[in-house]
Amino acid sequence: MSASWHRRVFRWFSHPGIQAWTLLGPGMFWLIVFFLVPILIMLAYSFMPRGIYGGVDPGFTLEHYARFFDPLYLDVLQRTFLWSVACTVVCLLLGYPVAYLIARPGRWRHLLLLLVVLPFWTSFLVRTFAMIFLLRDTGLINDWLLRLGLTREPLTILYTPAAVMVGLVYGFLPFMILPVYASLEKLDSSLLEAAEVLGARPSARFWRVTLPLSMPGVIAGSLLVFIPALGSFLTPDLLGGGKQMMIGNLVQNQFSAARNWPFGSAASFIVMVLVLVAVLIYLRIRHREPAGALL
Amino acid sequence: MSTATPSPPVVQFIRVTKSFGEIKALNDISFEIYAGEFFSLLGPSGCGKTTTLRLLAGLEQPDEGSGEIRLLGRTVNQARPYERPLSMVFQNYALFPHLSVARNVAFGLEQRKTSRAEIDQRVKRALEMVRLDPDLFGRRMPGQLSGGQRQRVALARALVLEPAILLLDEPLGAIDLKLRKDMQLELKALNKQLGTTFIYVTHDQEEALTMSDRIGVMENARLAQLGTPAEVYENPRTAFVATFIGESNFFQGHATKDSRGEWTARGPGLSFRVPDNPQLENGSEVRVAVRPEWMDLCRPDEVPGAENAVIGTIGDIIYLGETIHVVVSVPQVGKVKVAVRNEGQLLKPLAWKRGEPVAVVWLPEECQVLEAG
Repeated sequence: MSASWHRRVFRWFSHPGIQAWTLLGPGMFWLIVFFLVPILIMLAYSFMPRGIYGGVDPGFTLEHYARFFDPLYLDVLQRTFLWSVACTVVCLLLGYPVAYLIARPGRWRHLLLLLVVLPFWTSFLVRTFAMIFLLRDTGLINDWLLRLGLTREPLTILYTPAAVMVGLVYGFLPFMILPVYASLEKLDSSLLEAAEVLGARPSARFWRVTLPLSMPGVIAGSLLVFIPALGSFLTPDLLGGGKQMMIGNLVQNQFSAARNWPFGSAASFIVMVLVLVAVLIYLRIRHREPAGALL
Repeated sequence: MSTATPSPPVVQFIRVTKSFGEIKALNDISFEIYAGEFFSLLGPSGCGKTTTLRLLAGLEQPDEGSGEIRLLGRTVNQARPYERPLSMVFQNYALFPHLSVARNVAFGLEQRKTSRAEIDQRVKRALEMVRLDPDLFGRRMPGQLSGGQRQRVALARALVLEPAILLLDEPLGAIDLKLRKDMQLELKALNKQLGTTFIYVTHDQEEALTMSDRIGVMENARLAQLGTPAEVYENPRTAFVATFIGESNFFQGHATKDSRGEWTARGPGLSFRVPDNPQLENGSEVRVAVRPEWMDLCRPDEVPGAENAVIGTIGDIIYLGETIHVVVSVPQVGKVKVAVRNEGQLLKPLAWKRGEPVAVVWLPEECQVLEAG
């Protein structure tokens, strides 16, 4: 009897539709409860009047969205975009050569890959504090500069935009290196040989073959750096000294110190929509190129 | 070829050795290839034929201080691939997946700073040469092509550069039989029509025999034999060549010279006459190969006096269409394979049956004396 019960359950599970839902179910449940629902709550809050002691009062208003278009906040938005773009570009320029080196066949590949992911073994917060010790006036970098006689006075690095940029690039570099490495590692070496036999010098070979074929990795890496960079708040807070806000700081501030949840929600939503639009435009541009580039 | 070529060789390999770590992929190889030749490198996998091609292309360098590679008379040991007067068709075609067919073919010309108008014209011509309609295929991506079409694009991409030397690395390996036969003839025709020197790597002996002016048979990092297809087939120097190209029966014995100056070899269970050969010495071991299709069968009591013969019993009879292979078991010698022409089993059925006694006969001149070792 138990055997037939097993068989019935088994038959039920082997139905393609049921199977799909069984596989999707747990993940879907998680995303709905912990991602979709909070986002919908935030969306609702962003249209509601602010409560006197935090939270929201019942009602409908567009004032939070209107308020965001104050030059003060637009400035924050602009800075956030510029810094995120700069961070992405710097990560690409620094990360591509590293990925290229790792992807070359050799004994060191696994060690180098390990080094790339090694920072993840420590919490981001701890690593950011470590950066403070490096960058501050009496920190390691200034110590070396003074000893080598390159400067007479300690350079002020900490609590400047440069420090924020150093921190952002440091934090997100592995997210650029890994996808670029993955696409370079897949590159068929006979294509490079073919290019050379057909007359391509090393530089032409890189620009005409290697780079175009590693574009999927470059795109993935850029998105993986750009999007979290837009939302960063820890780095500008700790390394920038909170002097120049990014959107992340603004949102965090509204939810904590300012106790203005609706405005924080509205700011979040505006950034979310902007990111979505930027990514869609980006993908659309890539899509127009020959199909191979997306694979 | 046997016709004396006055022009200097296009390719010269002079005592070239190439090692990968401890393993010698090429061991002291020397050969020359002349302008316009269709030259094949033939051998089993791992024999060094692809390494030879890669050395020619500049994708590998010969060992430090070992020999010399010359292309068009110029030493190129250290020259990069893009500095060499050649082009190559890769085994997997190596088409650029992100470029259209036309851009793939244009790739080499673009590196040579050719004008746009000339590129367009030459790309069109090259595609037509390999029988691909430029208007139909030019814009397609490599991923949208069949294996045969990709092979043609790879060929067009190499030929459009009008190289002095074209290297082909088993380009027909991945194509089905019918198309392969067609492409063999087309390649041969292109070689003659363009005057380009073709150097062709293959492990398919039939392909090499069909297409080549000369064949270099490779074995274990060495060149086992170099010659025209007929020379290599009809006078193999070693047992390896005799078995790798076609099939052979082997006989061995000790050679003795009689009073008339004729050589006879005697071994366990057999005795056969051998044509005069500088390698032969009184009492020395001699090994010969005889092609199955050069042998004949007759009744043991009807052996012609002038022929060599071994007596045995008929074993398997294998029907192959054009020929029928008869395997004869000869005591102390082993199995001897004889290929009999099929003259129609309905009208002229084979006169032999399994288990019957039979003599295998062949002329002394049909013995190919092999080098020792």
